[in-house]
Amino acid sequence: MDGSFARGHDDYEAITRPVLTVGRSFRRWTMGLGAVVLWAVFAWVWQLWFGLGETGLNRPVYWGLYITNFVFFIGVSHAGTLISAILRIVNAEWRRPITRMAEVITVLVLFFGVGNVLLDLGRPDRALDVVLHPHFRSPLLWDIMSIGLYLAASSFYLYLPLIPDIARLRDQTTGWRHRFYTRLSVGWTGTPRQWHRLERAIGVMAIAVIPIAVSVHTVVSWVFAMTIQPMWHSTIFGPYFVVGAIFSGIAAIIIAMAIVRKVYALERYLQPIHFNNLGLLLLLMTCLWFYFTFAEHLTVWYGQEPEEIKVFNARLYGPFAPYFWTMVVTCLVVPFAILANNRTRTVRGTVVASISVTIGMWLERFAIVVPSLSNPRAPIHTFTYVPSWVELSLMAGCFAAFVLLYMGFTKLFPCVSIWELQQEEASARADDSARVEQAVEV
Amino acid sequence: MARWGLVIDLDRCTACQACVVACKHENNVPFSTPAASNSGRLLTWIQLVAVETRSHGPATPMPLMCQQCDRPPCTDVCPTSATYLNAEGIVAQIYARCIGCRYCTNACPYSVKLFNWQTPAWPEPMTALRNPDVSVRPKGVVEKCTFCHHRLMRAREQARAEGRDLANEDYVPACVQTCPAEAMVFGDLDDPHSEASAWAESPRAFRWMEELGTRPKVVYLREGE
Repeated sequence: MDGSFARGHDDYEAITRPVLTVGRSFRRWTMGLGAVVLWAVFAWVWQLWFGLGETGLNRPVYWGLYITNFVFFIGVSHAGTLISAILRIVNAEWRRPITRMAEVITVLVLFFGVGNVLLDLGRPDRALDVVLHPHFRSPLLWDIMSIGLYLAASSFYLYLPLIPDIARLRDQTTGWRHRFYTRLSVGWTGTPRQWHRLERAIGVMAIAVIPIAVSVHTVVSWVFAMTIQPMWHSTIFGPYFVVGAIFSGIAAIIIAMAIVRKVYALERYLQPIHFNNLGLLLLLMTCLWFYFTFAEHLTVWYGQEPEEIKVFNARLYGPFAPYFWTMVVTCLVVPFAILANNRTRTVRGTVVASISVTIGMWLERFAIVVPSLSNPRAPIHTFTYVPSWVELSLMAGCFAAFVLLYMGFTKLFPCVSIWELQQEEASARADDSARVEQAVEV
Repeated sequence: MARWGLVIDLDRCTACQACVVACKHENNVPFSTPAASNSGRLLTWIQLVAVETRSHGPATPMPLMCQQCDRPPCTDVCPTSATYLNAEGIVAQIYARCIGCRYCTNACPYSVKLFNWQTPAWPEPMTALRNPDVSVRPKGVVEKCTFCHHRLMRAREQARAEGRDLANEDYVPACVQTCPAEAMVFGDLDDPHSEASAWAESPRAFRWMEELGTRPKVVYLREGE
């Protein structure tokens, strides 16, 4: 590191210090994850060279791991922006230390959602054809538009509340960091007019981002629901996917929070109450997710429509039963048992529930994509889909690259919003003095 | 404008698969290995599948190719219009525009759209025997039966050169031409005098999965009970 150490004392040094210093374990993790990413790059070049024949895909299972990951990552992206926007609008004070960590997940994970679609293309070199020859009746094009808008909006929504903190770092650093922060802080000096504008802009974005976020996962579900394939062609898919997205999103925030809290020793800011409150939200989503899953499956089972029931049986009793029932355990039984109990809704408890939900929601995406394709209407010969080493390597690479980028973010920007904490303390102090004055008057 | 259609009499079909072979050669569909076939990578524009066409009795082997729907579920979902319904009712593929997302293969209820998993290859002596009228598809794009569209283009040019209108018998796909049992008839379904439209009027005629609203232009004639 060059001379970018703090000038002068800072009350929030606990938050800024990890940003400006790089420890040994950080380097070790970077190298480990970097190796995984490099391996994935090799696998990707391999796939580009030899074609998608190097995957485990076949006819009729034309979509597999990549599309599962696409839906999963886009789902996780609902972590940040949506949750943080809702909490901001309802003025939940406890949101302050967690919003940024959530928003970063959104922006970073969106790249991997889009990236997985590119990995899935037979001709990635022609991806631009989607722009040059767009066909607006294709739900994939709706996807591109809504995800593009979402990426722009959520990046902006992440950046706006960062400005005062960037300015704070600008004033504390020298060298390349100082130049970097100067450029990004866009002349922020903290005048009342700037504050007024900033808060207004954040308020507008928080509202604008909600319908965009809802539209994104609705449209992702429509990629499946707009076809007439059994158990894809379902009106419930829009809201079902949105609920699943928020569900896996909250789980992702809790995991990220727990790791950042431990690694950067931020126990003072990320307290058990945050885990408790998010745990309660996760519990609510567990119930909602179960309600949707139950409604979807009961309708199909009761109808006994031959083509649909084929997929249903494959999912519940056939070759996909292990995925399905593991999903039920990890998305319902485990989180419900842990989170419904006050004594287990601790930091550790919510983290265990979140890891379980993350695994379960990935399985849910898989159990939606593959069984329908494995049971086509036409009586053609079908094949079991087993992902190849290329697909598994690229999946590992996506997760590793995501963690790596997240780590990189924590070394450039504070992962807890300092000015929002200051604001909270100031208003608490104002409350106290008001109370004292009142007491004196009485 | 003609509305090209294919009628297949399952009572005459002997399931000899001559149409399958003729199609493969006509359209430069690459050979496959048993290993590729066993992992679901077989490319074939026509395939015999067992379909229960009668209320009782065993399933019938039925030649299955692109059903050339009038309302194709595959064309709507294509993000680049690389597959579309052309003016004569043929569901066309633009190989050079296809990005290989395989959305159309998944949207097709007949599972007749195929993906090029790798660069097609022929054993050396066969390379010279490829059909010069049909482009060889690169890896990574989707393909399927085109009703031998290149034959339509050739027939139309021939008719124009001879200064006459295109007649029904000028244009016949390779599978129909080959069928030794004469179980297939091809022609303009809108022309009341064509043999195809006469066959399609048969009380035995059915369009597969027509309950989905796809309106296929491949018509099958059920076997007599």
